[in-house]
Amino acid sequence: MAAINIQVSETPLVLYTLRRADDALILGHRLSEWCGHAPMLEEDMALANMGLDLLGQARELYSYAAKVEGRGNDEDKFAYLRDVRQYRNLLLLEQPNGDFARTMVRQFFYAAFADLYWRAMMRSTDATLAAIAAKSEKESAYHVRHCSEWIVRLGDGTEESHRRTQGAVDELWAFTGEMFEVDDSERGLIDGGIAIDPATLRPQWLKTVSDIVREATLVLPDNNWMQQGGRSGRHSEHLGHLLSELQSMQRTFPGATW
Amino acid sequence: MYTQALNTSEGDDRHIEDATRAAQFQARIDADERIEPNDWMPAAYRKTLTRQISQHAHSEIVGMLPEGNWIARAPSLRRKAALLAKVQDECGHGLYLYAAAETLGSSREELVDAMLAGKAKYSSIFNYPTLTWADIGTIGWLVDGAAIMNQIPLCRCSYGPYARAMIRVCKEESFHQRQGFEIMLTLCRGTDEQKAMAQDALNRWWWPVLMMFGPPDQVSQHSDTSTKWKIKRFSNDELRQKFVDATVPQAQFLGLTIPDPGMKQNANGNWEYSAIDWDEFKQVLAGNGPCNRDRLAARRKAHEDGAWVREAAMAYAEKRRQRSALQAAE
Repeated sequence: MAAINIQVSETPLVLYTLRRADDALILGHRLSEWCGHAPMLEEDMALANMGLDLLGQARELYSYAAKVEGRGNDEDKFAYLRDVRQYRNLLLLEQPNGDFARTMVRQFFYAAFADLYWRAMMRSTDATLAAIAAKSEKESAYHVRHCSEWIVRLGDGTEESHRRTQGAVDELWAFTGEMFEVDDSERGLIDGGIAIDPATLRPQWLKTVSDIVREATLVLPDNNWMQQGGRSGRHSEHLGHLLSELQSMQRTFPGATW
Repeated sequence: MYTQALNTSEGDDRHIEDATRAAQFQARIDADERIEPNDWMPAAYRKTLTRQISQHAHSEIVGMLPEGNWIARAPSLRRKAALLAKVQDECGHGLYLYAAAETLGSSREELVDAMLAGKAKYSSIFNYPTLTWADIGTIGWLVDGAAIMNQIPLCRCSYGPYARAMIRVCKEESFHQRQGFEIMLTLCRGTDEQKAMAQDALNRWWWPVLMMFGPPDQVSQHSDTSTKWKIKRFSNDELRQKFVDATVPQAQFLGLTIPDPGMKQNANGNWEYSAIDWDEFKQVLAGNGPCNRDRLAARRKAHEDGAWVREAAMAYAEKRRQRSALQAAE
């Protein structure tokens, strides 16, 4: 009944699945914050679309994590009753929306990765993850296309849009390295054929990103210092505020069904 | 979605250009033919429809705000996804209504500018705040329910593009309405606190929802022309009564009390409701509702903050055009 945080037994597969679920939820939530406030109605539609795709992915992944864990947790308990330190998403995805350029660059960096990642995960020996990957890959492919078009338009648009987009690239670049990191917990799953090694995707990701960035007349920063910590619950200050809003109902009315 | 309350009379500024054409036009309407964008139409018909359709579009877009207010705080992932999808639907309705209005010769930009300048109206219901999660259920159940009552007749409206847009809109609205009712049902079967939340929301929304149908028939300035042109097929009071009669049993099923102690069922089975406070309606229309300023400010902010994005898209399109022209010349 109480609205205290749930306990999660983070076996490698549970932890793995929660990390991806948290990625999808947090980014989906961020995109949903745009709803009604986008630069044009077409983008209100598109941002909501992408947000819905991600929320859908999050729900499937949480449900699978709950099933694997087998301790009576469910999608809503995972989403609403874990605190900042229990969240496992990439730092990139919790970064605030900022202006439209920043939202698009964030989405582009991630989608260009997610598309490759889910495509590779379709070969997972875990049938559920392979099925989720197949669906997510289709969605990510659209996200990449949509964001790429915007990055080019904004980068090669006006002086102002160029400046804003370059600024977003510079600001967010340091959060991209974390996508390719693997810890011991995940290493075992990779060895077992359940997960794939994201590090192998980095050259292709870099090529996709570099090509679009070049077409957009932008440049990638040469600073390669990368932030990390999200996968083990060391987040930016932004996540706590996001969660306080996301979780407010469940925290205020413990145990109620909605 | 919610235009009934917004129709204002064209009155005397009708200029029927040509008696023969006007007669032919009216004959087509009387024969239940659809008027299409390239057909001749009286200027006043065009003007009335442009105003009605664009107000309807503005209502969809402003209507995204009160519900959008709860997307981040939706109490479960299922509700969050459903609400985001719903608000997205409303945006889609806005888009195709602007497109329908554009077939009459006004651009979306012009129409939106008029709204942002405070010159064009949108439905007053969106000038009320969404304070609790139950407001989201109530908006779906009652506001969308009232909208459907208004819109079903519009599916047979004489102007083709509007009528066709309404068919699609109504399908989605009835889905939203069921979804809203289901939220209410869940609350009413929940804890005492949840049930109280549902009752409180009904108390706050009931009267403003009844106002959505517009002023009572005896004082309504609605032109006969809208009826003659088959844009409007039922009077405000007829639709309001239909709505009340449909809603009372639903409230009873939920175990909620309609905040009208004087309400009683007459011999014909109609539920007679007490006097509506039309002063409140006038105040909200005049800009003095609890959220008028916030709504307009939010839309203006989105528009202004997005200006550089739209400019960039235009500039890029222009560059591309020039580049391909250059390539073609080589």
